[in-house]
Amino acid sequence: MPEHTSPGPDVYFQVQQFLFLEAALLDSWQLDKWLDLYTQDAEYQVPPTDLDENSTPENSLYYIADDRQRLNERVLRLGKKTAHSEFPRSRLRHLVSNIRILELTATEMAVEAAFVCYRSKDGVTDAFIGRYDYRLARTEQGLKIRSKRCHLDMDGLRPHGRISIIL
Amino acid sequence: MTECIPAIEDDQQGLRFRVPRRAFTEKGVFEAERKAIFDRCWLYLGHASELEEAGSFVTRTVADRDLIFNKDREGTVRAFLNVCPHRGATVCREKKGKKKSFQCMYHGWVFRDDGELINLAGAASYSKNFNECGQVNLREVPRLDQYAGFYFVCFDDSVEPLPDYLAGAKDYLDLISGHSPEGMELVGGTQEYAIRANWKLLVENSFDGYHAESTHATYLDYLMNTNGGLSETRLAGYAHDLGNGHAVLEYTAPWGRPVAQWIPMWGDEGKQEIESVYAELVARLGPERADQVAHKNRNMVIFPNLVINDIMAITIRTFYPVRPDYMMINAWALAAKGENDWRRKFRLFNFLEFLGPGGFATPDDVEALEKCQAGFRAGDLAPWNDISKGMAKEKPSFDDEHQMRVFWREWDRRLAGIREEVNNA
Ligand code: FES
Ligand SMILES: [Fe+2]
Repeated sequence: MPEHTSPGPDVYFQVQQFLFLEAALLDSWQLDKWLDLYTQDAEYQVPPTDLDENSTPENSLYYIADDRQRLNERVLRLGKKTAHSEFPRSRLRHLVSNIRILELTATEMAVEAAFVCYRSKDGVTDAFIGRYDYRLARTEQGLKIRSKRCHLDMDGLRPHGRISIIL
Repeated sequence: MTECIPAIEDDQQGLRFRVPRRAFTEKGVFEAERKAIFDRCWLYLGHASELEEAGSFVTRTVADRDLIFNKDREGTVRAFLNVCPHRGATVCREKKGKKKSFQCMYHGWVFRDDGELINLAGAASYSKNFNECGQVNLREVPRLDQYAGFYFVCFDDSVEPLPDYLAGAKDYLDLISGHSPEGMELVGGTQEYAIRANWKLLVENSFDGYHAESTHATYLDYLMNTNGGLSETRLAGYAHDLGNGHAVLEYTAPWGRPVAQWIPMWGDEGKQEIESVYAELVARLGPERADQVAHKNRNMVIFPNLVINDIMAITIRTFYPVRPDYMMINAWALAAKGENDWRRKFRLFNFLEFLGPGGFATPDDVEALEKCQAGFRAGDLAPWNDISKGMAKEKPSFDDEHQMRVFWREWDRRLAGIREEVNNA
C-alpha cells in the first residue's frame, strides 16, 4: 500500500461535500450530529492572533483548545438555556472555500480551507475570517475529523469580544 | 446644556448605594474620565518578563496613547510615546521584537533604543544645535515605575509615587509574584478582544462574586461533570478595601489551582505535583501565607482599570474605553516561572475553560455587559444602578458589592472637580 497517493476528483469531491456538511450542521445548530463527525480522539483549536504557527496549547494561551471531552462539554453547554451568550441562539453562516488536500495517505489526510463565519444577533453581524487546518481520518464509516484548527486572520477578536459559537 | 457629570448616591444611613446609568452612556463623562482618571492615574503598561533581554520591545496602546515599552542595550526599561517628534507618524509598527534603534518610515529619522535621535536625513538643512536639548528625541512618558515586576505609566508628572498609589494592593502584588521561588512570567499569546459596553461594567464584573451562580451556571455544571461533583471547598470569603479605589475579593472556591489546590480530575499524578508545590510554599513562606497563596482565590482591581485575577489561573487584564459604549481589552496569562510542563498545561487549560473569550464563562459575561449597556438606553426613565448589597455588614462577603462601592467612591471623588466646573458652567 503506497504511503502517499495523490487525490483524484472523487476524493476531492468527498472532502468538499464533507466540509459543506459540517458547515450546514453548524449553521442549523445540529450540534449533536456535528459532534458525530469527530473521532473519539479529536481536537478543536483556536489559537490567538499573535502567536506563530508552531505554538501549542500546552505552552501558549489559546482561545480554544478542546480535546474530545471538552468538546462534548462545549456542545452540552451550548444546548442549555443558561449558555446565555447563545440563548436565544445567534444566526450563523459558515462559508468554506479554497479547499486543498495537502497530504493523503490510506488512513488520513491533511486539508486546508478558507472560511468566513458570520454571527448575527441583536442587530449586529460579526465576521470571523480565517483558515481551517484539518486532519481527516478515512474510516470505514467515511471521513471523520481528527483535528480542526482555526487560524483567525483578524487583528485580535475585535469587535467580536467572544467566540461563543463553533467556528 | 445637556451634558453634565452625574454623581453617585451613597446613603450610608439608608444603606442604599446607587450609580447613575448616565455614567455609562454620556460623552461628557467619557471626556471627564480621560482628564480626571486616565491622564492622572498610574496605568498598567506591561510585565517585566516581556522584556527579558536587552534590546527587546513591545508596542502597546495605553489609554489611547501608542507606546513603545523597551529595554535598551544598557538594560534600562523605558517607555516612549510611539510618535515621531518630526511630524507625528507612528515610529515602530511592529508588535514586538528586538531592535537597537527605531526608524520612522516617513522621513527616515532614526532613534537609538534610549530614544536619542541618531540619524537625521538631510541634517545639513537643519541648524547645528537642532537637537541640543533633546527636543527631537523620542518623548519618554512622564512617569514609569514598577512594583513586583508590574510596570505602570502615568501621563501626569506630578502623580504620587507608585508605591503610595498602590497602597494596600502592594501586598497582593507581592503575594501573586511569590507563587514561585523563581518569579512569574507571561505566557505567549495575548487575548485581544472588545466588548460593546462601557469600561466600568468590566471593572464591576471582574470582581463580582454575586453573579457566578446565575451567569456561570454552565461553567459550574462543567466542573461538576468533569470532576464527578464539585470538591468539598465552597465559595466563601470576603471583600477588602485596599485604599485609593483598589479592592480585592479573597475567597475559597471549588476549582483546581496550579498553585496549589488539587481537584479529582487531576488524578494521582496531579496530587503529587500539587503536594510538592504546596510543600515548597510552606518552606519558603510559612504555613499561614502558604495557605493563603494556595487555597484562596483573589479578584483584584487596581484603580482604574487593571484587573489581576488569581483564580483557577492568573489573568492580567486591562481595558480602555474607545467610546462610552465600547472598550478594548487585552488579557494575558501570568504563570510561575520554572513550573513543569504538567502544571503549565493545566494552568492554561484552566484559563481557557473559564477566562478566555472562547471559554465556558467569559462569553456569558460579555453578554451580560452588553445587555446592561442596552438597558442603560432607557436611563432617562430608569436612571439608577443599585450597588447596595452587603452595605450593613461589618465584614462584607465576597458576594456582596463592597468592592464595587470602593471603586465608585474613588471614581466619584476623582470626577468631583470637573463635575463642579461643568455643572456650574
Ligand atoms: S514623521 Fe517621522 S521622520 Fe518625518
Ligand atoms: Fe463572570
